[in-house]
Amino acid sequence: MKKEKSSNTVVKSDLVDRVYEKVGFTRQEAMEAVEILLNEIKAGLARGENVRIANFASFNLRKKKARNARNPRTGEQIRIRPRKVLTFKPSRYLLESTDRWHDEPNDS
Amino acid sequence: MTKAELVEKVASQINLTKKQTEVVVNTVFQSITESLGQGKKVELRGFGSFRIRRRNARTGRNPKSGAKVQVPAKRVPFFKAGKELRELVDKEEG
Repeated sequence: MKKEKSSNTVVKSDLVDRVYEKVGFTRQEAMEAVEILLNEIKAGLARGENVRIANFASFNLRKKKARNARNPRTGEQIRIRPRKVLTFKPSRYLLESTDRWHDEPNDS
Repeated sequence: MTKAELVEKVASQINLTKKQTEVVVNTVFQSITESLGQGKKVELRGFGSFRIRRRNARTGRNPKSGAKVQVPAKRVPFFKAGKELRELVDKEEG
């Protein structure tokens, strides 16, 4: 298996590496910790809880009402059932961290 | 669920102290933040992906006074839940 898709994409194992470098445990432990962390966020959302991570973002659940729509290809009427969707609200810190680029000259 | 509660839940499942777990949690989110700041995208299998979207400059209005204001172009973080997470969230009333 190839190690990386491209250097422009960070994947789970890269995060594991960062945790591994930062803290004294084995890579195995770091991997477990990252996996458990992601699973706990998922579990919270699955229980219907919003998950708020200070200085990062919150993952919020929204209820959408049922509505009528059309299949754009066939024009057929369809009913969209009520559903829950996940929304992402970045914290001020995250917004500021990601926005600093636009001052740079290569921004075009 | 807050970050503190999340740390507690994770710590209870692994042989790490709460302090160590907190470092793990902070490191993960700080890494994602830094990667996005460098213009990289972050793809987490089974969870979702984080990337940067560009917003063009536009003329906005102060909603109170109605005055025109220039809103500069900016980069905003964007999260797309993976299929597994989308389905998990929408399960109960399906």
